[in-house]
Amino acid sequence: MRPFTYERARTPAEAAAAAKRHAGAKFVAGGTNLLDLMKLEIETPTHLIDVNGLGLDTLETTPEGGLRIGALVRNTDLAADARVRRDYGVLARALLAGASGQLRNMATTAGNLLQRTRCPYFYDTNMPCNKRVPGDGCAAIGGFTRQHAVIGASDACIATHPSDMAVALRVLDATVETIGPDGATRRIPLADFHRLPGDQPQVETALAAGELITAVTLPRPVGGAHFYRKVRDRASFAFALVSVAAIVQRDGSGRVALGGVAHKPWRVEAAESEMTKGARAVVARLLAGAKPTTENAFKLKLVERVLAAVLAEAKGARG
Amino acid sequence: MAGTAAVAVTSLTMISQAQPNANPAPAAALMKIAFTVNGTPRALEIDPRTTLLDALREELHLTGTKKGCDHGQCGACTVLVGGRRINSCLTLAVMQQGAEITTIEGLGTPEQLHPLQAAFVRCDGYQCGYCTPGQICSAVAMLSEVQAGIPSHVTADLNAPAAWSEAEVRERMSGNLCRCGAYSNIFEAIQTFAGKRP
Amino acid sequence: MKFDTPATTNPIDQLKVVGQPFDRIDGPAKTTGTARYAYESHDVAPDAVYGCIVGAAIAKGRILSIDETDAKAAPGVLGIVTAENAGKLGQGDFNTAKLLGGPEVDHYHQAIAVVVAGTFEQARAAAQRLRVRYEPSRGRFDLAAAKDTAVKPKPGAGGPSDSSVGDFATAFAAAPVQFDATYTTPDQTHAMMEPHATVAKWDGNQLTMWTSNQMIAWTVGDVAKTLGIPKEDVRLISPYIGGGFGGKLFLRADALLAALAARAVRRPVKVALPRPLVINNTTHRPATIQRIRLGATRDGKLTAIAHESWSGDQPDGEPETAVSQTRLLYAGEHRLTAMRLAVLDLPEGNSMRAPGEAPGMMALEIAIDEMAEKLGLDPVEFRIRNDTQVVPDNPVKADSDDPQAKGEQTHVPHPPFSQRQLVECLRRGAEKFGWARRNPKPAQARDGRWLVGTGVAAAFRNNLLMKSAARVRLDQRGIVTVETDMTDIGTGSYTIIAQTAAEMMGVSLDEVVVNLGDSRFPVSCGSGGQFGAANSTSGVFAACVKLREAVARKLGVEAGEATFAHGRVFAGGRSGTLAELAGPAGLTGEDGIEYGDLDKRYQQSTFGAHFVEVGVDAVTGETRVRRMLAVCAAGRILNPKSARSQVIGAMTMGVGAALMEDLVVDKRKGFFVNHDLAGYEVPVHADIPHQEVIFLEETDPIASPMKAKGVGELGICGVGAAVANAIHHATGIRIRDYPITLDKLLERLPLPTDSG
Repeated sequence: MRPFTYERARTPAEAAAAAKRHAGAKFVAGGTNLLDLMKLEIETPTHLIDVNGLGLDTLETTPEGGLRIGALVRNTDLAADARVRRDYGVLARALLAGASGQLRNMATTAGNLLQRTRCPYFYDTNMPCNKRVPGDGCAAIGGFTRQHAVIGASDACIATHPSDMAVALRVLDATVETIGPDGATRRIPLADFHRLPGDQPQVETALAAGELITAVTLPRPVGGAHFYRKVRDRASFAFALVSVAAIVQRDGSGRVALGGVAHKPWRVEAAESEMTKGARAVVARLLAGAKPTTENAFKLKLVERVLAAVLAEAKGARG
Repeated sequence: MAGTAAVAVTSLTMISQAQPNANPAPAAALMKIAFTVNGTPRALEIDPRTTLLDALREELHLTGTKKGCDHGQCGACTVLVGGRRINSCLTLAVMQQGAEITTIEGLGTPEQLHPLQAAFVRCDGYQCGYCTPGQICSAVAMLSEVQAGIPSHVTADLNAPAAWSEAEVRERMSGNLCRCGAYSNIFEAIQTFAGKRP
Repeated sequence: MKFDTPATTNPIDQLKVVGQPFDRIDGPAKTTGTARYAYESHDVAPDAVYGCIVGAAIAKGRILSIDETDAKAAPGVLGIVTAENAGKLGQGDFNTAKLLGGPEVDHYHQAIAVVVAGTFEQARAAAQRLRVRYEPSRGRFDLAAAKDTAVKPKPGAGGPSDSSVGDFATAFAAAPVQFDATYTTPDQTHAMMEPHATVAKWDGNQLTMWTSNQMIAWTVGDVAKTLGIPKEDVRLISPYIGGGFGGKLFLRADALLAALAARAVRRPVKVALPRPLVINNTTHRPATIQRIRLGATRDGKLTAIAHESWSGDQPDGEPETAVSQTRLLYAGEHRLTAMRLAVLDLPEGNSMRAPGEAPGMMALEIAIDEMAEKLGLDPVEFRIRNDTQVVPDNPVKADSDDPQAKGEQTHVPHPPFSQRQLVECLRRGAEKFGWARRNPKPAQARDGRWLVGTGVAAAFRNNLLMKSAARVRLDQRGIVTVETDMTDIGTGSYTIIAQTAAEMMGVSLDEVVVNLGDSRFPVSCGSGGQFGAANSTSGVFAACVKLREAVARKLGVEAGEATFAHGRVFAGGRSGTLAELAGPAGLTGEDGIEYGDLDKRYQQSTFGAHFVEVGVDAVTGETRVRRMLAVCAAGRILNPKSARSQVIGAMTMGVGAALMEDLVVDKRKGFFVNHDLAGYEVPVHADIPHQEVIFLEETDPIASPMKAKGVGELGICGVGAAVANAIHHATGIRIRDYPITLDKLLERLPLPTDSG
């Protein structure tokens, strides 16, 4: 871990301003991914701005009837919130499927969104990786790719995004609220928040340098039956091979987003018009153009099977 | 043919540690930090890079908290901060200003075991002992989480209060690896302890 | 004490203490965090500084240069040790690849330097500043590709590489029912929770190491040999070990580099392997390719058995002895086994819990299940029909370099087993598990989303004999103190040794103190190969016999006539307390156990049966274990509580092997890709149900004076196959390549409804 200086910020504006003062600064909240990566010198901030004291740890109902989740709300608390459990079950389920009890107690809403890939080649600094060193090449391509992306990847990067929470937020049409170093705030739809790797896989989100997430807002509850199905090798404390977040309405319409298949939570709204026709039809459009490797081609089948089971269960519940 | 098992080496030489460092790293300035460990106020002057885990083990010599992976993958370093369980390897000591920290040493002593520690001994809920402090700290907080109604991945009805069940305990304890494979006995120890709770 | 005739009645048979399910005596220390592991030795080396190991960034090739400029200039740096400045290093007897690489690099993450600094944070940061230039060369990393280059290895501890009885080829060709299949097991890692760690301190020429090591005497020897110093100058202290499973049998880089670094900076140095380095830096269980051919009569009698195995290792390495159990487990007139070893440039392959049998049984016990299915026989019944009470294939073991001394005189072609209750294990387990209710047809049972199936496998692991010594002291308080360099790696050594001494000396358990893991104590068998419990307690038994003699002499009676009970000695109307007989000077007994040829005249093995129920998610193919039962026959069980823990722990590791554990080789770059505890998945709490273990009544007087055998590895042998067989029963799908992950099942699982 490289040496860094450390400060505790007291307000969001102060935090953002501090980021402006220090090139190479990073915000730290839960620290569960940042410290992990700093120990390996994959992340090398020269200055850490501790944002835990910013008070962004509350949940409030929005005037529109939605929910505003403070950036620092811990994953445990978010999943335990009665409103989340009642109205946004997919989110509670996704959070609870992630990590461990200890990690969920530390991890924050904003930090979860900013998790970096778990690609083992990204994690091994002896291996070339375009995320770590742009232009260095990608050791994962042609290597061990069972966990990697089947869609939306590029010649520069085939990593997946590891978050469960983000997949649920995507299906819920969440919006990310930020404050910039100059104090300006903006709202970024989750759909635009995470990027595909393209030829700049090191740029993972729409955040500008020094921009701080202050909250994530959810629109009014959309009702329906909520599902988050995470498939993994061991029963718990493992990253998803694939995950399926779905909200299915009484008429069979609904929404679906996938985890474990791409560099970002994967949702194709147009595919959702096929929901009443069944999983195969949805997946045909959702994963159209997928380019799996022999090691991860099973993900396509798996997604279809899981979605089929979800649709069957939703139908069964409707009677 | 052996030759078919080839390595694709395109460049003749390679250099490890890809980030060159023209200037030697500056020395880290020490920072003052104060928190409470097992009820005792502690003040340290510490390298900001020091994790809470290393502060406990290397500075305070509270070595009951174990370093198994240092990356949040095993749970051996579990401690309670404000009564909540966390991985002490993934937080910096300087981030814990004012925190109330409980480690395994704060639960009981060999002469006066905490009832959960006693249950671990009776049920043989450990073998090599290295994951054990983490398991015990984790279990203490886990039971509070159940009591507080915090749901888990296996909670069937998100809108009903979480209840004790074998599946709930096994899911909730899954952040604590035990390679000796004492899981079956650890569950029994937790059950024995929980059964005695008022 | 030479043990060369079967044991008769001895004080252990009282079973007042031995055989009782006492809580572990080290439990309070372990559960309160006061048990001190290697890296935690703050008081003995308060001025210790920190060493951080740098691993090679390539799998094979040469280091062209190491630029230390930046690292040396980093804050707090006290020194850097590389092969260039380490001085001449020897090679330990138990090491294959060098522990400090350079200029040649033999495998990925081979240690090439240790950077020492005042604090851990400084050492870690400075280690990253070392700039190393390499010239990579081509390596061999793919076992399947190298299979045809594999050669017959040298005979090893498990006997010769090949064996043959009768005429397999003819018998197999003539068999009415034939079976021929190939299985694979992947590379696996121990993943013990405590990474390898050492604090090293020099006092003049004397080196003391607080380390985490299973085999104290082996490692003292290899430290001395590697450093070129006398053994007498090396002291190892290893009272608590956070798991080993074979990964800490040897001197490893943490210990060697701590010693070198401490010498270089003239201060004690502590080194722990960072978790991401452990997997490629240390040893692992090698992958295997195993071909099994079985020929049988239509009524289910095996007539021909062949088991061939291929594995790879570093040059001059050893094979994974995956065929060894096949020489011993089932009857069959015509037989063949063979092992072939390829050179691979992956990290060093070596022992991991039940080397040989663990992967061997994973394959063999699927094959037996498949053959039973082919024959239309119940797999329990098929195994029972092919039981044997004598060893069917006992090749001559070369135990000396002298061709005249190959043990020909004592070689028995078909020795009887000292005890063999495989059939009883199977029957008892079948009854307990409700096997009779099982529908023999696969893919019939469903419980909601789960396809449910049950599977069985035999368990088998040899009992190994090792010399083991101890010293027992009696003081004037009547406290018995046992000293031996035996280790407790979670196995319960402290407790069973205390039980042994308490039984022998007629005192209660809390009147015994056990000190382990110090090379100043008499040399024990150490911990490994499930040989620890029986051999180390036999050594303590021998030492206690000596102490009993000393006590009896003090009382003026014959030891043979004395009764030791309640802290007193009684004989011929005389009596005294141990405390007063010991007097202020105390009394000491020291001896060890060594063995005659009972293990040549009898085959000593442990047996069991595993029964497993799994659910396979009909949609996703995820397998979750629902029920587990093991029935074991392993001689006298010294402590049923800690022995049960050994078995359930092994069963848990077996579930990992069956379902998830897989060190993935990057065949281009030559390393294990998933080299941390997130990438290499081991079972978590949620993977493991309640586990039941039954120990059959058994004493084995041929094995040892304790009449005990090992049990710590029996539990992993076969359990993986039982899981695999249960998956087949649940789904009708047979997978021969471990681990059985969902992607291997998915294509053949029925389609869920509503696929559209």
